[in-house]
Amino acid sequence: MPSTKTLDKIKGLVCRECGKEYPAVSLHVCDMCFGPLEVQYNYKAIKAALSRKTIEAGPKSLWRYVDLLPIQGEPTAGLHAGLTPLVRAHNLGAELGLDKLYLKNDTVNHPTLSFKDRVVSVALTRARELGYDTVACASTGNLANSVAAHAAAAKMQCYVFIPHDLEASKVLGNLVYRPNVVEVEGNYDDVNRLCSEIAGEHKWAFVNVNIRPYYAEGSKTLAYEIVEQLGWLAPDHIIVPMASGSLLTKVWKGLNEFHQLGLIDRLSTKVHGAQAEGCSPIAAAYKQGHDFFKPVKPNTIAKSLAIGNPADGYYALKATAESGGAMDTVTDDEIVEGMTLLAQTEGIFAETAGGVTIGVLKKLVKQGVLKRTDTTVALITGNGLKTQEAVMNAVGRPTRISASLVDFQKTFHLGKHER
Amino acid sequence: MVKVRIPTPLRPLTGGKSEVEAPASDVQSMIESLNKQFPGLKERVCDDKGEIRRFVNIYLNEEDIRFLKGKATPLKDGDEVSIVPAIAGGAHPDKGNA
Repeated sequence: MPSTKTLDKIKGLVCRECGKEYPAVSLHVCDMCFGPLEVQYNYKAIKAALSRKTIEAGPKSLWRYVDLLPIQGEPTAGLHAGLTPLVRAHNLGAELGLDKLYLKNDTVNHPTLSFKDRVVSVALTRARELGYDTVACASTGNLANSVAAHAAAAKMQCYVFIPHDLEASKVLGNLVYRPNVVEVEGNYDDVNRLCSEIAGEHKWAFVNVNIRPYYAEGSKTLAYEIVEQLGWLAPDHIIVPMASGSLLTKVWKGLNEFHQLGLIDRLSTKVHGAQAEGCSPIAAAYKQGHDFFKPVKPNTIAKSLAIGNPADGYYALKATAESGGAMDTVTDDEIVEGMTLLAQTEGIFAETAGGVTIGVLKKLVKQGVLKRTDTTVALITGNGLKTQEAVMNAVGRPTRISASLVDFQKTFHLGKHER
Repeated sequence: MVKVRIPTPLRPLTGGKSEVEAPASDVQSMIESLNKQFPGLKERVCDDKGEIRRFVNIYLNEEDIRFLKGKATPLKDGDEVSIVPAIAGGAHPDKGNA
């Protein structure tokens, strides 16, 4: 393991708005100005201990970046999460007109096949350090799956709260681990409001409520891995799907940390945000030039991105602006097209959020935002087997035959002696 | 007079009241008048430049005033205004220090 486990890398929490400081406890809102809290690190000590070499010598998981993650001891949850493949997408690149397109493939993250395994590994480790024995979350599906699986392995009590209308595989992908699965009559924003109330009453670690400052930091590892996998280079572009906006914000933060710590010499990455048209409060604010957004009632097949009141919307807008990136949206039909295009060119079956990313990637090439020779990375954050409903009517049917060679050859118009 | 709904974290300033009244012609004057009745309320709602804090939402009859005229949004008698923190609270600092 890298060497900072003994050093005091966490200074505490700090309000992102007014700067008020707090100890590193389970707290997420500033009691003075209501701004969100963020972990503050002792970067000086981290810089002294961290190098490309110490990282490369680390475990083959996201814990190789433990020096930049907000836990105090050794990781105790999600030991195999992260370090997913960065796939060079020659076929999709040729189709879209990009010579250097890469896909960060979190459809194969361990153990629940989405990028949420990253944030949950950090959140559960931190929750245990803070002495919690019960873990909970408000989720559009993937987070619940990951919390439920990790809680089972960590032998923690678990409550996951989901909207009532999720995809069948995402519901089953909770139940199998035997947590308390609570299906709330309402959308994600209703679930989230309820969870905030419950978090005030019960002493549980709600990973994306009172543990959020720690949890969200796990997303930085996507940026770290991309840079390391490109040979310690930051790409020209990263396309990020947006729900709460936290992922995009943290990808940008991760790149900047690597730059400040001298792990990369140059940072000129543009970070772009992708939303589904049926739930695009952040992209709508971007298009109107606002730094505030209007909450919406989501109506899209991209249920994992269906957050109408995005907690980090403001910071996602800020990160995109700072990096010089853009935002765009796609329709439900374009999402399905994106999913099937990705599957049929690269053999990667992504969930609806992946369709959103690919759809927007396509648009940004057409708009000239992404140039042919630019190194471009698209984040594919979840697995298509979890959202089968979305493509069920777009993928055709198997060809049925009798168990007969003749029938087979006739059906496929194959001659008798073709081998 | 307008009716103002006060969120839980600000109720220690209003003597525990969840709804108060204030004479006001616009949002700005409402905040000033609330601050006279309940000293300290303004600094919780506005930053040191007097702008409404980013994570405080103020709604006039359910509409976010950022989409109206901000602090200059006119108010009339009987209007209902809500002050709502953008991020729902939940963690009690006293309970959360596990």
